[in-house]
This record gives sequence, structure tokens and C-alpha cells, in this order.
Amino acid sequence: MALVALLPLAAIIWVAFSPTENIWPHLVSTSLPGYLLNTFVLMTGVGVSVFLTGVTTAWLISAYSFPGDKIFEWMLLLPLAVPAYVIAYLYTDLLEFAGPVQGALRGIFGWELARDYWFPNVRSMGGAIMLMGLVLYPYVYLMARSSFLEQSPHLFDACRLMGRSRFNTFLFVSLPIARPGIAIGTALALMETLNDFGTVDYFAVHALTAGLFDVWLNMNNLGGAAQIALVMLTFVLILLALEHAGRSRIRFYQNTGRFVRRENIPLHGVYKWIAFTLCFLPVLAGFLIPFAILVSYGVRYFDQSWTAEFREYAFNSLTVSSIAAVSCAAISILIVYSRRIITPSWLTSFSKISSLGYAVPGSVLAVGIVISLTTLENRVDGLARLHFGFSTGLILTGTLFALVLTYIIRFLAISTGSIESSFSKVPGSIDMAARTLGHPPFRTLRLFHIPLVKSGIFTAMLIVFVDCMKELPATLLLRPFNFETLATHVYLFASDEMIEYSALSALMIVLAGLIPVVVLSKTISYSQLLKQKAD
Amino acid sequence: MPSILKVDNISCRYENENAVNQTSFDLEEGTLACLLGPSGCGKTTVLRAISGFQKLTGGSITLNGTRISSARLNIPPEKRNISMVFQDYALFPHLTVQKNIEAGLYGKEPSSRKAVVEEILEYVHLSDYSQRYPHELSGGQQQRVALARALAPKPGLLLMDEPFSNLDFELRESLGQEVRDLLKEIGATCILVTHDQQDAFTFGDMVGVMNKGRIEQWGTPYDIYHRPETRFVANFVGDGVFLNGVLVSDGKIQCELSQYGEQDLTGDISDDRIQHDLQEIKPGSGKEVQVLIRPDDIIHDDDSPTTARIIKKAFRGESYLYTLALPSGTRVLTLVPSHHDHDVGESLGIQLDISHLIYFDR
Repeated sequence: MALVALLPLAAIIWVAFSPTENIWPHLVSTSLPGYLLNTFVLMTGVGVSVFLTGVTTAWLISAYSFPGDKIFEWMLLLPLAVPAYVIAYLYTDLLEFAGPVQGALRGIFGWELARDYWFPNVRSMGGAIMLMGLVLYPYVYLMARSSFLEQSPHLFDACRLMGRSRFNTFLFVSLPIARPGIAIGTALALMETLNDFGTVDYFAVHALTAGLFDVWLNMNNLGGAAQIALVMLTFVLILLALEHAGRSRIRFYQNTGRFVRRENIPLHGVYKWIAFTLCFLPVLAGFLIPFAILVSYGVRYFDQSWTAEFREYAFNSLTVSSIAAVSCAAISILIVYSRRIITPSWLTSFSKISSLGYAVPGSVLAVGIVISLTTLENRVDGLARLHFGFSTGLILTGTLFALVLTYIIRFLAISTGSIESSFSKVPGSIDMAARTLGHPPFRTLRLFHIPLVKSGIFTAMLIVFVDCMKELPATLLLRPFNFETLATHVYLFASDEMIEYSALSALMIVLAGLIPVVVLSKTISYSQLLKQKAD
Repeated sequence: MPSILKVDNISCRYENENAVNQTSFDLEEGTLACLLGPSGCGKTTVLRAISGFQKLTGGSITLNGTRISSARLNIPPEKRNISMVFQDYALFPHLTVQKNIEAGLYGKEPSSRKAVVEEILEYVHLSDYSQRYPHELSGGQQQRVALARALAPKPGLLLMDEPFSNLDFELRESLGQEVRDLLKEIGATCILVTHDQQDAFTFGDMVGVMNKGRIEQWGTPYDIYHRPETRFVANFVGDGVFLNGVLVSDGKIQCELSQYGEQDLTGDISDDRIQHDLQEIKPGSGKEVQVLIRPDDIIHDDDSPTTARIIKKAFRGESYLYTLALPSGTRVLTLVPSHHDHDVGESLGIQLDISHLIYFDR
């Protein structure tokens, strides 16, 4: 499996360095610097935005009590359900010149023309940063909050006793200890930013993904696309390094000892409303408003949207996502369990490599998959013509195979991570007990592990399923002819400024996205419950 | 008695480090043995090697005349007919007590399975608990379920890895005794691994003291305590201090205490080692040695001309453990009934009462 995951990347590197039509000098002298700069600005902006929003809300929720804090605890996760491209289309619709907001302002102030007043243009770099920040901050929130919750209150007390103020203690103790977690959250958010195509395309922000699509689809130059993909991979490496640094330090920083969690400190007067507002704004802007618009469009344009095509797209999405989810879970179980029963170090590092897929943008992966599969196809086709006298044609890239394979490679790490963490809660002595009681390895897996980790397997399938539903760039590039999913449906209609007619599709995606968010927040409070029980 | 388990010169390696180094011992049928040692000494690795979870890099293990492990051979754990009780019990949390025990009877007739479970639960006094889940049981009960599950398949050998370490002190002692009686009753052969000498002494017919991947001494608990063969064993088991002394030609040891006390420190002349050492000593000189002085080797006697100053005292309920300084400043330990309550700084009359003279080369 690791080999399959590595193949596309190797293919990119190979083709990037030996293109049939070398546009590299052309790229470097013309558009590449712009792509690079835009991507860099976008990622920096989103990074700062998710950091500020995520850490602030996480700290408020984990240290203070104020009106609505228990509800915000899980509501702050909701924007995760909204894909960046959906929110981009909706806000453009809402805030453009002909939209309801500017219309209302004109009505109130009596302006008539665009030059009468100044209003920020949503379809800009700033808009892209704002909107992506709005839906990606939950990654940081989630990681930062669990770091804050796992810190022993004694650390905080010790620092207070040394005479530091609450805020000073936060800066001096809590934030640095949570740093690895925050780094991981930020890295994940930035990987999503790099992966995004829908938003940058719609906002005409010429980032690397947009460039890749342009070179491949408009100039029909796969070699050039591979070269841009290679540049994106260097960004990926930097993000992976950031994430890895976070993960390797998290073991030392986080307290695994048992301690009683303190009651949160109640806020009074104006402070409690400041805290309320700070938590409410991201939820409002990142979820409530877009969700409300989607629902209203969905209801208003129901008759035009509830078509046979829509049902077909929904069915397509469900099928492809389900196949990918089940395959991912099955492969993950095999990987995790074989790593558990045989532990040579080369296997561990090998299977680690196979989990890099999640960091690689969908578009980059698509380029790699197409290059490697086409090569394979041509070989098979050639052999078939030679020996059997007929052409097999595009049996791989022309079918769902390529798309499903891309989904699996891209989301395998997520399901492996989830399944591995539930496996790791089963002590090794359970395996040994089963073996000494006369059960061979695979019966041990079936009788004892699967029943114990089935909720982890379910979570893994769910998350992969939803991620596949949302996935846009790779789906756009690899879907077979005449095959649309809900995500591509939203993209195609929104590009034509007809978001209203695909609102039902977007709503489906968001609703599906809500399921893991709810499950996620449930398991969070569930683990807290367990902790309290243990104390 | 025939030997049922033969561990012959085994070695195990973890990442280029010898976890177990050329270790051998035999076990007779019905013996309860203990491997005792500090953490990291390799005792658990020996257990894993016997159960088949750890490959050997050298030597071999034979069970009931069949070779089960060598550098080239590793019969999988499920085919060895060896059962194990784990430190955390490793009860399957999703199964009832009944199903947990039945897990070891896979492939047997349902009716015979039920009979076995009933019988074994009776042995461990848990007949009323067969439909409970592990988390509904107390620590001691979980322990006994783990034992019942291990015994149900009638294993040729039972292994126990620190089985009492999760229990509190009182339960530990009573359960240790109970488990020993039960295993004796059914005639099981068992190896228990522990870092706690009290566990080892309560439980074991034979004790092997391990250090750095080797068994330093294999013997009865009495011998381990009173006749330690190496300095490590003397140090690890029980309290005590080493006093510098000189072994002279008549088998006596001269040391600071022997000058003051009435009793001579005389070794057992018939012992091979002393004879060997004595032959090496040239007339008129001696061999420099260190003598092991246990707290019970020094007894409190108010009339004794020999006194030592109390440096430290530790209350142990029925007795005090006093740390004493001899006139030269050398420190020794003594165990004194606790109604002899003396203050730090006072002088205490002492006398030597050594029944086993243990010395090592300096």
C-alpha cells in the first residue's frame, strides 16, 4: 500500500524533470512567481487567522464560564462541516453589489452607484483569507482545547503562586505547553488551504492550485502541471515538518497523569459578554449564516433543484464515498493489526510513508495518479492489442477506479489514525491472553479486537466518507465523463452564478459534514466523562 | 520428580542489547517458581520467551520433552499449552466472566465448556459471578477470574507476570497465599515474575534472582535470604550492610564488629569456597573481604559492653530499624522490638548473633 501511495509522487517527480514539452523556463519567467507569492500570502493570512480564532476560543472555553459556554463548546466545531468553496460562493452572493447587504445599505443611505461608497470586495485575496479562516479555525480550536484541558491545573497554580497574573500565566505556561497541539492544528488547516481549489478559482486568486488546473486543463500540459505539483509538494514538506515537530513533542508536553479538573472561572459584567461575542462570531459567520442561506435557497428553489440529475449526483456521491470509506477502513485495519503483531522497524517506517497522502493536495495527487495509471494503461492496452487483438482503452483513468484510488490514498491516513488510536487503547496483554488461550492471530483479531474497536472503525469510515463527499479538486480532475457528484455539481453551478439551483447539493454536503462533527463532539465529552469517572 | 520445563542457556536480544543472557533453569512438575529481580533485569523477557512472544537468539526451551523454542524455532504461543496471568489481568472487557473463561476452551463441546467453567469458578469462589462483566468486579475478583481463565484449559505450565502488583497490601498477602494453596491443590506448575521479595517468598518453592539478564542464584527462599551467592543477591534481598574485614588462616574473619563482640565471626570450614580461599592465603597474612551484616545479625543488649550511637530510626510497627554508627563511623543496621524506644543520638548496647556468615571478595 505504501508503494501505491508513493507511486503517484514518484511519477510527478519523474515527469516534472523530463517533460516532453518543457514549459518550466516559461513558467518561471511568467506566472510561477505570482502563483508562489499568492499561495504564500494566502497561507500566511489563513495561518494567522486560524491561530487567533482557534486559540482565543479554545482558551475561553477551557478556562472560563460564561453564558452559552457549554453550547459553544461543540458549536465552535460546526464550521468544519462547511467546505471552503461553499462558503465562498454564499458570501459572494450575499455581499456583492447586487446582493442583499449592499442593497440594504444603499436603501438606508440613499447611495446609488458603486462609486458612491466604499465596500470591501469579497472576491479578493483578503476575502479568501477571511472565509477560509472561518471554516478552518476548528482544527486549531480542537487541538488547542484538548491541550488546554490536558494540562494539569497544578502548573497553572504554581505559576500564579509565583506572582504572575492570570493572563501572564496563560502566555507563560498554558500557551507554550499547548504549542505542539496548536502547531498540528495550524498545519492541518494550512494543508486544507493548499488543497483548496474552489475558493481560489472563484475569487480569481492565482494560487498554485489554480495554476495547476490552468496548465493542465486549459493548456493541456500534464508535464507543466506536474512541475507545479512539485512546487506544491515543497510546501507540503514544510507543513509536514511543522506537524511532525508538533507530534514528536506532544508526548513530553502533555500530562498523562490523573488530576481533577478545576471548575472554570466565572466571568462577570462586560467580560462575560465579550467572551460570548468572541465565541459567537465565528459560529455565526462560519456556520449559522451560510447554513441559513443554504436552507432558504434549498426551500425556495426546491422544485427546480429536486431533479433526477440531483438524485443521480447524490447517489454517485454516496456510492463513491462509501466504497472509499469501506476500503480505507479495511486497509487500515490490516495495516494497524499487522504492525501490531509483527514489529520490525522497516515496516513501521514503510507504513508511515503510506500515510503521507493526507498532506498532499488532491490536485497534486490527481496529477500523479493520472501519470502512473496512464503508463500502466498503455502497457495493458498494448499487450491486449498484441495478444488478443482488441483495445482495453482507458480501463483505469476512464473509470471510477482512478477517483476511488485517489480518495483512498488521500484519506487512508485519517482512517489509519482513527483506527490505530482505538487499537492502542487495547492493551497488548489482551493479544497475549488470546494467543495463550489458543487463538491464532486472525481469530484473535476477529473475536477480540474488532468488537473492542468497532466504534473506532465506524468513526474512521464516517470521517473518510464525509471527506470524500466534500472533496472537489481531485474529483473535478478525475471524474469519468458525464459523472457528476454533489461537490462538482455545486462547483459547476456556482461558477455560473447559479448557486441557488445547487443549494440542495451544498446542503447535502454540509449536512453529511455535520455527522462527524456531532460524533466528534460527543466523543470529546464522552472522554471527559470517562476521565471524571476515573478520578 | 521429572523436570517438565527445561530452559537451556537462552539469550534474547532487543535492539542490540542482551535482555536475557545465557540463562538456564529446570522446573519439576508441581513446582511453584519465582523469578525475582529489579525492573529491567530481563525477568519478563524470560516469561515472554517461554510463552512464545519473544524469539530466542540462542539456547532452547523444552516443555514436556518437546522443544518449543530455539534460535531457529518458535512454536506460536497458541500451540504451546501454556497459560498466562497478566499484571493488568487482560480480561476481555466485552465478555462476561463465563465467556472470558470459555475463550480458552475454543472448539470444545458447549456442554463440556460449561462444566469446566462451573468447576473452575467454584475453585476460585466466584460461582455467583459468571454473568458479570469484568468492570463490575473488584480488583481481587478480577485477579481470580484471570487465574480461573488461565487454569481452565488445563495448561502444562502457568505463567504469572506480576499478578499481585495491582492489589493493595493486605489483599496481596492473603490472595498470594490463597493462590499458592489452590495451585498446590491442583498440582499446577507455575512461574511467577515479581520485583517484590515478599511475593516471591510467600509464593515460591524455588526463587531465581535475576540481574542484568542472568539468573544470579536459583534456590529456596531460605537460601536466597540466608545464603546469598553473589553480592547482588545479598544486596537486593533484605536489608544489610557490608563491613570490611580480613579472612585469616583459621577461617575467622576479623572486622570492626568482631573486635568488640563476644562471638567469633567464623565461617563454616566445611564450605568449599572458604576452603578454596583459605588455601590461597599465605601464613601470617589474610584475605581482604566484605562481610554481610543483616539487621537481624545484630541484637540489642543493654548489658553489652559494645555500644553504638543511633543515627536514624524508622518505625515499622512491631519493631524499629535503627541505623547505628560504630566508633569508627561505620554504619550498621539493627532490628529491635519497638518497645525499646531510644532517641537519635543515644548509645545502644549491641551484640553480634550471626548464624550464617556471608562474605564476598573486596
